[in-house]
Formats: sequence, structure tokens, C-alpha cells
Amino acid sequence: MGRQIGALLWKDLIVELRRREQVLSLAVFSLLVLLIFNFAFDLRRTDLAAAGPGILWVTFVFTAVLSLNRAFSVEQDRGTWEGLLLAPIDRGAIYLAKLAANLAFTLVVEVIAIAAFTTFFDLPSNVLQLIAAVLAGTLGFATVGTLFAAMAANTRAREVLLPILLLPVSVPVIIGSVKATAVAFEGVDASTGQYPWLGLVLAFDAIFLAVSFAVFEYVVED
Amino acid sequence: MIHASGITKTFGRTAALRGIDLRVQSGEVLALLGANGAGKTTLLRLLATLEKPSAGCLTIAGLDVLREPQRVRAMVGLVGHHNYLHSDLTASEELLFYGRLYGVEDARRRAAGLLEEVGLGNRSALRVGALSRGQQQRLGIARALVHDPPLLLLDEPDTGLDAEGLQLLEQLIDGASRAGRTVIFSSHDREWASRHSARTVILAAGSIRHK
Repeated sequence: MGRQIGALLWKDLIVELRRREQVLSLAVFSLLVLLIFNFAFDLRRTDLAAAGPGILWVTFVFTAVLSLNRAFSVEQDRGTWEGLLLAPIDRGAIYLAKLAANLAFTLVVEVIAIAAFTTFFDLPSNVLQLIAAVLAGTLGFATVGTLFAAMAANTRAREVLLPILLLPVSVPVIIGSVKATAVAFEGVDASTGQYPWLGLVLAFDAIFLAVSFAVFEYVVED
Repeated sequence: MIHASGITKTFGRTAALRGIDLRVQSGEVLALLGANGAGKTTLLRLLATLEKPSAGCLTIAGLDVLREPQRVRAMVGLVGHHNYLHSDLTASEELLFYGRLYGVEDARRRAAGLLEEVGLGNRSALRVGALSRGQQQRLGIARALVHDPPLLLLDEPDTGLDAEGLQLLEQLIDGASRAGRTVIFSSHDREWASRHSARTVILAAGSIRHK
């Protein structure tokens, strides 16, 4: 299974490197969102801790939804999806490879977004706490999002259906990630401030990773 | 090799296949003929496990397609209406990718050899999107053979091929039979199909009219 996951991931990365469609367009989208927030809010240092986490995660969530929408639909539109289904590979391997690819693309865009955020507003007090919150939250969102993206890809209203399915289920990880990110902005001690929220997000990640891996086969099979 | 008993496939209220009974021996070359909508593609897709039968029993080499689909997939190569190729990969990368998916040992060497066999040896570094339709069709055939499947399914494989490609296809089908590979292909050209098959089956409205 590892070799097959590696092959699938390699394929997605190579295609994106050559097309440069997804990461570039999502980076531009995230920069636009941050620019709008920059004009909408005149944040001073004290206000940054209150609004900064929300600004970041609104940007991340909308960017991730756009990215996830393309994860399977692009394979179906190009006629390559059935080529994967023809192969004797565990459907869970396809799920893990797509999750890894989604995660890679989203994290690249988030790095660009955080750099832009720092330019427009300011860097949070504790960068390591910020990184921990972003990684955990992005993993959770991508875990559930990859499963729902596969479900939505077979429908006509996939662009509308994915956020309708995904956002309610992702509420725990979004809330936990925003709260954990807020701790990074406030500069509070991580053990009392961030760990409980990070724990919530990581528990969500673990549960939904296991569930998504197990049910993915039933989502993609006839 | 293939044992189909009472195979029915419905899509909503439409019955694409109705009670198909079919046996195909190992090493046999079978041609499926019939008008558009007769059920040829649906039958091939059932054999490739891309669809599940609504009723009936279908086994390939003794393996039930519903209970052991992964083992069946490892034995089947399909050349369908889509070529399942990625336009941004090179021809060589495409075969290497599928070789790794199918667990082929030394996939790189296998890919190089197949490209030579289908006459694309000097096109290996070209992206799939830069190949002509006929060349993509040939690459699609190479993709279906990358794991050396005992059963090869071809859905109207002569479509889009130039004279050289058609000759390659005919050599492939004739050679497959000599090598003991089972081949099932569909075609609209009855004469061409009869020349390159040991037996023909005519489908009409989802049923077998003639074997």
C-alpha cells in the first residue's frame, strides 16, 4: 500500500507542478481575502489578538474548500478517475494519497497567507504555537474534506454541496483551531491556554482519519 | 476463465443487460458485436469491476467479482472509451505510474519495453497531451497491458487508430491469443471482428441474440 500511495501522491504533485493551477489560484484567492480584511479592519496591536485568529481561519477555510472541490472533480473531468478504480489498490490508499496531496497544497497556500497576514497586520506572539494550531487544524479539515469531496464529486452541484456537507461537521475543528490560534496571538502559556484546544483538534483528527479511511471504499464504489 | 450466469444490470428503470449467460475459455478471443446501446460496454465494465451486476453471478478465473474485486482487478486490463491517461505526464511517466499502482516489478523497464512494443519508443519523453489521438490510443493499450493481465478487455479499440495503429492492435490481439491471454473486444465492424476472433457474440437490447 505504501508504494501505491507514493505513486498516487507523486502523480498529483507532478501534475500540479506542471499545471500550476491550484496552488497559484488559491494563493491569489487567500491574498485577496486578507486584503479585504486589511481594508475592513484597522487593527492595532491589542485588537489583533481578538480578530487575527478569525481572519486567518476564515481565509484558510475558504481556501481549503476551493482546493478540496478540485481534489476528485478534476480526475473525473479529465477521465482519469476510473483508471484509478481499475487498479487493484485498496480504496483507502487513494484516500490517504488524496489527503496527503490536499494537505500539501493547502499548507503551501497557508504559508503564503501567513506571510501576507504578517505584512498586513503583524506576526503573532508565539509562532510555534501558531504553527501547531495551523497544522492540527488543517489536518482535521483536510481529513473530513477529502471524504466529503469524494462524495460531492459525483453530484452535479458539487461546488455547493461540499461546503454544505463539510462545514457543519468541521465546526469542532474550526472552533478548536481558532481558539488554539488565539492563544498564539495572546502569548498565553500553552499548557493552560492552547493544549486543551489542540487536544480537541487532534482528537477530531484521529477519529475522523480512522472513520474516513474505513468508509472511503463505500463512498467511491458503485 | 469467465463464467457469467443470469447477469442483469439496471440503471434506474433501464435494463442495460438482461439475463446474460456467457462462458469464455482461457486463451479465447471473443468479439462482442451489436448496435449502440446493446450492452457491450456495460458488459465489459462489469468484467472490469467498474460496475456491479444488479443480479446474477459473475466469476473470472474462479473469483467472484463482488466478493474479490481486488484480485479480479489484478487480472484484468481494460481499454475503454476513455484512455485514462494524464495529459501532463510523459508517456514514460504514465506507464511508470500505472506500473507502480499494479505492483509491477521493475516498472521502469516494463514501461520502456511496452512503449517500444506499441511504437512509441521515440515519444517516451513527450507529454500525453502532446500525442496525437492515435498515439494516445496506443499508449492506452500499453497502459492496459502494463501488469501483463490474463484477461484483456477492449471496448471498440479500432476507433481512432491510424493504419499503423490498427496493425499494431491486430498483432496484439492475435499475439495475445497465442500467448494464452483471453481477449474480449467489442466492435461495430463485423468483418474485422470475425477475422480476429475465435467466436463472436451478438448483443441486442441487453440480451445475447447469437453466440
